[in-house]
Amino acid sequence: MKYMCLIYGDEAKHPQPGTPEMGQLMQDYMAFTKDIQEKSVMVAGDPLQPVATATTVRVRGGKTDTTDGPFAETKEQLGGYYILECKDLDEAIAYAARIPTAASGSIEVRPIMVFD
Amino acid sequence: MTPASLEQTRAAIKGIAREEWGRVLASLVGQLRDLALAEDVLQDAVVAALGHWPRDGVPAQPRAWLLQTARRKAIDRLRRDANFQAKRAELAVLHELDRQAGQDDLDESIADERLRLIFTCCHPALAEAARVALTLRTLGGLATEEIARAFLVPEATMAQRLTRAKRKIKAAGIPYEVPEPDLWAERLGSVLSVIYLIFNEGYAATSGEAPTRGELCREAIRLGRILAQLVPEEPEAAGLLALMLLHDSRRVARSDAQGNLITLEQQDRARWDQGLIAAGARLLESALAQGSPGPYQIQAAISAIHAQAPSATATDWRQITLLYGELYALQPSPVVRLNAAVALSFAEGAEAALPTLAELERQGALASYQPFHAAHADTLRRAGRKTAAAKAYRQTLALTRNAAERRFLEGRLGDMLG
Repeated sequence: MKYMCLIYGDEAKHPQPGTPEMGQLMQDYMAFTKDIQEKSVMVAGDPLQPVATATTVRVRGGKTDTTDGPFAETKEQLGGYYILECKDLDEAIAYAARIPTAASGSIEVRPIMVFD
Repeated sequence: MTPASLEQTRAAIKGIAREEWGRVLASLVGQLRDLALAEDVLQDAVVAALGHWPRDGVPAQPRAWLLQTARRKAIDRLRRDANFQAKRAELAVLHELDRQAGQDDLDESIADERLRLIFTCCHPALAEAARVALTLRTLGGLATEEIARAFLVPEATMAQRLTRAKRKIKAAGIPYEVPEPDLWAERLGSVLSVIYLIFNEGYAATSGEAPTRGELCREAIRLGRILAQLVPEEPEAAGLLALMLLHDSRRVARSDAQGNLITLEQQDRARWDQGLIAAGARLLESALAQGSPGPYQIQAAISAIHAQAPSATATDWRQITLLYGELYALQPSPVVRLNAAVALSFAEGAEAALPTLAELERQGALASYQPFHAAHADTLRRAGRKTAAAKAYRQTLALTRNAAERRFLEGRLGDMLG
């Protein structure tokens, strides 16, 4: 089954570029990504630009409404994702627990819908 | 067959079906990998049994009969399925199993299947209420309507809760597996807490007329026994079973003929079930001998001290206070602190516990927890502080739904005002 791991964290507490904390976080992410690539578990995965860059689009009555900012203001923001191929939810949970942000933020694990 | 004896036979068949439900269902889920389908075909098999057994007699191996019949019903259903081609592999397996039927249907593999199913039903990815309902339905064999009645919710609500849970198991890929070692502790904890929740719902009966609903207690004990047999190397499973047996030994003594609640100190100890006490104490002893104490074993030890005390005043409250201290070290929750304070109030006098109770009140974490206010009121009463006790009894009453307990508390409040 394919699972999407949505990585949520508090952007305000995110380490700043150039700091040793940021260096460590990058290394942790690289090591994790390399591991799941080697095990052929990773289908896709990317970090996202901060929510300050987000744009929300709605179409109502055929009219496009474009606004600045994310869909919802939340304490933790979506900062990236992985799509993993796992045999079941427990395997996906075990990988999600190893995503470095799991130690400070939260990982939402969602199965990807399959049409059969 | 006369209508009366037919009715008797039907009741007997329902009894067998319920007794065998969890085992047969677990076995079917292991083969079909689909809980909803397994449940449907087992239901079909039970209906078939109700038709055949009164005429042909109960088969020598009712479990094997139900399993084989259910499997054939599954073959029929899968054949009719629109996705017939996609189900070919499953059908081949089922046909093979049908050919060898009778051999693996009785052996130990069913025990493992049941353990897998317990972990599925108690998976933390399911909401707590759903875990409880699913465990009672799939492993306990209770009908949806019975579970709804026990938890005082409409049957449609309970049916929806079960359907949603089964849908999530399928859609999210919750496995039918015994968890890996790194998840084991969390998952076993979830299983134990689901069983204890079922027991407490029956024992404490937070709402409704009768103060205890014995059915749920019996069911939780049955599940606890199954679990303790499946994981003999886990002393906490035996500890939980011991705890439930020891609590249950006092169940009939907890209320009078009118259904009024009787506190532990005022219970007629002759009505305590000595058989359950002995069984619980024996289990606890062998669990503790494994040298890995945990919260359930400690709570069972506390319950055992109560159960074996000749009277309320002759209870070893100092030992109980110490055990609550140990429990607090493992589970530093305000509720455990409350219980430790109550034990201290009996070990050293009500006055001694009032500072802790006052602090708990200030912290506010137990503000809507009825047993806190009940214990606070009772301790103030015993310390002779009538005005403060009356206030605490009013706060308790505001949070009490159980009719029998309300009568008891109103009586106590009256004493404080008199």
